[in-house]
Amino acid sequence: MAAETSALVNSQAARLAVGVVVRDTDRAATREGQPVFHARSLSIYYGAFQAVKSVSLEFLANRVTAIIGPSGCGKSTLLRSLNRMNDLVPGSRATGEVLFNGRNIYAAGADPVELRRRVGMVFQKPNPFPKSIYRNVAWGARINGYRGDLDALVESSLRKAALWDEVKDKLHASAYALSGGQQQRLCIARAIALEPEVLLMDEPCSALDPIATARVEDLIDQLKRQYTVVLVTHNMQQAARVSDRTAFMYMGELVEVDETSVIFTKPGNQRTQDYITGRFG
Amino acid sequence: MRRLGLRLRERGIELSLLACALVTILVTAGIIFVLLDECFGLTPGKVGFFQAVSISEFLTGTEWKPMIEPRSFGVLPLVSGTLMVAFGALLVALPIGLATSIFLSEYAPPWLRQIFKPVLELLAGVPTVVYGYFALTFITPYLIRGIFPDVQIFNALSAAVVVGIMIVPTVCSLCDDAFRAVPRSLREAAYGLAATKLEVSTRVVLPAALSGVIAAVLLAFSRAIGETMAVALAAGMTPHLSLNPLTSIQTMTGYIVQVVGGDAPAGSLEYQTIFAVGLSLFAMTFIVNVVAQRIFARFREAYE
Repeated sequence: MAAETSALVNSQAARLAVGVVVRDTDRAATREGQPVFHARSLSIYYGAFQAVKSVSLEFLANRVTAIIGPSGCGKSTLLRSLNRMNDLVPGSRATGEVLFNGRNIYAAGADPVELRRRVGMVFQKPNPFPKSIYRNVAWGARINGYRGDLDALVESSLRKAALWDEVKDKLHASAYALSGGQQQRLCIARAIALEPEVLLMDEPCSALDPIATARVEDLIDQLKRQYTVVLVTHNMQQAARVSDRTAFMYMGELVEVDETSVIFTKPGNQRTQDYITGRFG
Repeated sequence: MRRLGLRLRERGIELSLLACALVTILVTAGIIFVLLDECFGLTPGKVGFFQAVSISEFLTGTEWKPMIEPRSFGVLPLVSGTLMVAFGALLVALPIGLATSIFLSEYAPPWLRQIFKPVLELLAGVPTVVYGYFALTFITPYLIRGIFPDVQIFNALSAAVVVGIMIVPTVCSLCDDAFRAVPRSLREAAYGLAATKLEVSTRVVLPAALSGVIAAVLLAFSRAIGETMAVALAAGMTPHLSLNPLTSIQTMTGYIVQVVGGDAPAGSLEYQTIFAVGLSLFAMTFIVNVVAQRIFARFREAYE
């Protein structure tokens, strides 16, 4: 028994060590404040419709970047291009390039599954699987061949998502029994269980009440210590509250990107000014 | 006065619609009544089948020889023949149907789907008797004899294969409905967690649609149990208790066809056997359908 346990610990240690080595080389170029993603002349089409028009933009490590803009401006499409989620939409295609740690994710032969392992996503509406809380968090790790201690992984992920204390006594209850806000934090826990480098959040609070929203916003603030966060929101107060940098998009074009404080106090573009002061949108 | 006329007309329309609706109920009730009457002799003076043959002999007897002396009325050979064909058909239809519907709902581009769906429905529209001689003239001589050269020309295996092909469209279209009822957001969640298409299909979509899939299987199974012409042609007319699919058997429906087409005098015991067999068949498919409906109802609610 003891031998078995120590063998297990050793193999885990070995796995983790390998993981750390791999991550270190990958992350060497992505220290805090350095670009993780770099979109260059990126355009996204749905059939003949061009949703994103030649956008060039950097997303910096351990920063929260908010993408704001009126409905239909292409902000969600831009976000979904970063983990190639748009591939799932029939008739969509991308031109230009998106460098992730220096490598073009749209290059021929680039694997979207491998990319999504490192770029997690949280969606507009909480979308837990119809499974237990535990199995929701463990799902991604399981299918990606995680060999370590699942219990520990589930606990640490739920702790990071500030949900552990609320669910620790009912890990095997259905995820559907949780409230909307809890479900959304569960989805965040599920995403970070894969230990991604980037978290993409597509209006993560739009289906939540103000209290649940505040909790998720607090959480985003915590998460940026470990992850790079890209947040799409059409709530400008939210962008102002939680983001370090803000990008404003309009009609598929990137109008302006800067430090959030600059965007909200002295934007360089009249359209940005009009939008944040509520003249349209 | 005009209002009264209108009211009467409304009432008349309502009543005639009700009458049409009642027809189906009355027909069903009538069928059940005739089955029960011939089996148990409900009307005065009627001697039902089960007054001449005991229910336990009928349900547990292992020989079905209603025409030849000494006669015996054990329904088990017919039941075993029926179940063998139905289960065999499921073994054929389930993998093909599931794979096809997963392909259609998860993999196929929209244009391919638009071709596949009508073709599948065409398969459902082929008359069953055509399937029957397809089994007899193609499946047995060319497919089954290729593997088992000594097989009889009438055999349960060819019936199972051909009924399996027949119920593929049923399995497919019901599974497809079940898969498409799985919300897109669940698929996105799975893809977002670095799942491959196969993992999304088998570990998210299939489990989430499982009750729908089970309902599809049960409905297809009850269709297989009730299938008549194809089976009668392919499997032959030799009732015997056996699990060997390479021999000729007889199913319950096949037996009914044989007697109805033969010269059993109305009112005789041989004649009444078809009502006893019919009632048993009805009971079997009824139970399967009820179970299927229950599961189906549960799966409908799953995402609401």
